[in-house]
Amino acid sequence: MQIYLPIAELSVNVFLLLGMGGAIGVLSGLFGVGGGFLMTPLLIFIGISPAVAVATGANQIVASSISGVLAHWKRGNVDVRMGLALLGGGMLGSTFGVWLFTFLRTMGQIDVVIKICYVVMLGAIGVLMLIEGARALGRSRKAIPRRPLGHGKSWRDRLPLKVRFRRSQRYISVLLPIGVGFLVGLLTAIMGVGGGFVMVPAMIYLFGMPTSVVVGTSLFQIIFVTANVTVLQAVNNHSVDIVLALLLLTGGVIGAQVGARLATRLKAEQMRVLLAVLVLVVCGKLAYDLVARPSDLYSLAIVVQERR
Amino acid sequence: MSRHARILTLLGLMVASMVGLGGKGALASELVADISSHLVAITAGFSGADLLMFGTTEGKGDVVIVVRGPDQTELVRRKDRVAGIWLNRDQVRFDNVPAFYAIASNRPLDEFVPESVRALHQIGIDHLRFTTAPDLDPGEVATFREALVRNRRRTGQFVSAPSSIKFLGPRLFRSDMRVPANAPIGTYQVQIFLLLDGEVISATITPLIVSKIGFEANVFDFAHRHAFYYGLIAIVIASVAGWGAAMVFRKV
Repeated sequence: MQIYLPIAELSVNVFLLLGMGGAIGVLSGLFGVGGGFLMTPLLIFIGISPAVAVATGANQIVASSISGVLAHWKRGNVDVRMGLALLGGGMLGSTFGVWLFTFLRTMGQIDVVIKICYVVMLGAIGVLMLIEGARALGRSRKAIPRRPLGHGKSWRDRLPLKVRFRRSQRYISVLLPIGVGFLVGLLTAIMGVGGGFVMVPAMIYLFGMPTSVVVGTSLFQIIFVTANVTVLQAVNNHSVDIVLALLLLTGGVIGAQVGARLATRLKAEQMRVLLAVLVLVVCGKLAYDLVARPSDLYSLAIVVQERR
Repeated sequence: MSRHARILTLLGLMVASMVGLGGKGALASELVADISSHLVAITAGFSGADLLMFGTTEGKGDVVIVVRGPDQTELVRRKDRVAGIWLNRDQVRFDNVPAFYAIASNRPLDEFVPESVRALHQIGIDHLRFTTAPDLDPGEVATFREALVRNRRRTGQFVSAPSSIKFLGPRLFRSDMRVPANAPIGTYQVQIFLLLDGEVISATITPLIVSKIGFEANVFDFAHRHAFYYGLIAIVIASVAGWGAAMVFRKV
């Protein structure tokens, strides 16, 4: 059954979209990773323009993040102060990011930039996940020791504007979360991802926050930044397709629940390696597309269209 | 005047005016044509539409049907290898490019349409007049134009179908045309030409409107005219959906 997407302006199979949303949802339920970074390339693969894919992806992440943050909030696992600091940077980063997106679009280079960003991002994540997953498989008995943060002076402690983050029991410069938030906001605007995969490691290793608080706080930031990106993309590029987002959402929400239940039954370490392989495969395909000689060197873009 | 005389005079005037208008001494309307529907409504689940074009002639001549979508401006970009990656580099801008162009005839065009007539009426994809900036190298422009046509053919928006008009008997003709799923929105012109001895002896134009209707159209308009509120609504829907999902699945 085909459905016509009003903003993407093409007809797609409904079940394909539901299935995609579902598959990504299962992955997010299994691993807690948003899956936004797999959703956008998949949308591009099925023929949706990168601009619409990124903007609609951001819209969909709002939903899944809200769905996820509630559970964490109830248990008090959200450091609101840290979240607000990350948010401040995120709003700046995402606003700048959407402006940059619009600029690249008019230059005709937005497709290439999105693909390059994805290749770098997916490559890095894939390799890291592969290493971590292989290590976990290797010694699933022993707890993986976390690198303890020394009490001595490091470059972190020399930064100005220190603030006390009570929930995380940290006293660090507010510039750190603002900086990380800015970078993540930029990524959200250009790639349509939530950015959790940057924030979570940054919070654990860079800020030294306790792991229990990290996911909830990250989701907190993601909600507002992706909402900001959605509105800005809608206003500047008219590229948010609500119908597409709803279809992906429906599949995604159901898939997430399935994934969460599957997580208890399957061996997590094996799945992580498989996910790492999947990420690397997607990365490889995008990289190949960038480097291989395209089948047609020429492409078209409509500048002015009479609409009657 | 008596009634008979009045009728005779009227008939005489009619014949005289028809002969006068006919030019070649034939009746004014040698060619009559129409299409099965003048509106293609794009709704949910749209995957293209089939139209029937039909008409009659006086028994002589060949028929050419051209369906031309609204004009637009297109940029043709060429990729080049920069640091190992293929990027868009050069571009040429073309104005007056029809968003859709389909041409059908009852036999191959070069059998009965001379070049001059083709150029005059822009019959055939190769004879469409796109305007470009005057200071460009003509060889480059030709290459880019070729690329434009090739791309549009591939997406199904430039179509040529020689010998797809069928004559059922000496006068009645029909032709099936497919409006593809990716047909651009707008007012199209369906031009029907009747040619004899290398000249266009009759022509008629009829409009075809391709338009989004209903829910999809409203969403699209809203997204463009009230973009900010559209964005807000998108967030609200996502929030409600996320919240709802969390509530529903908490109890399962």
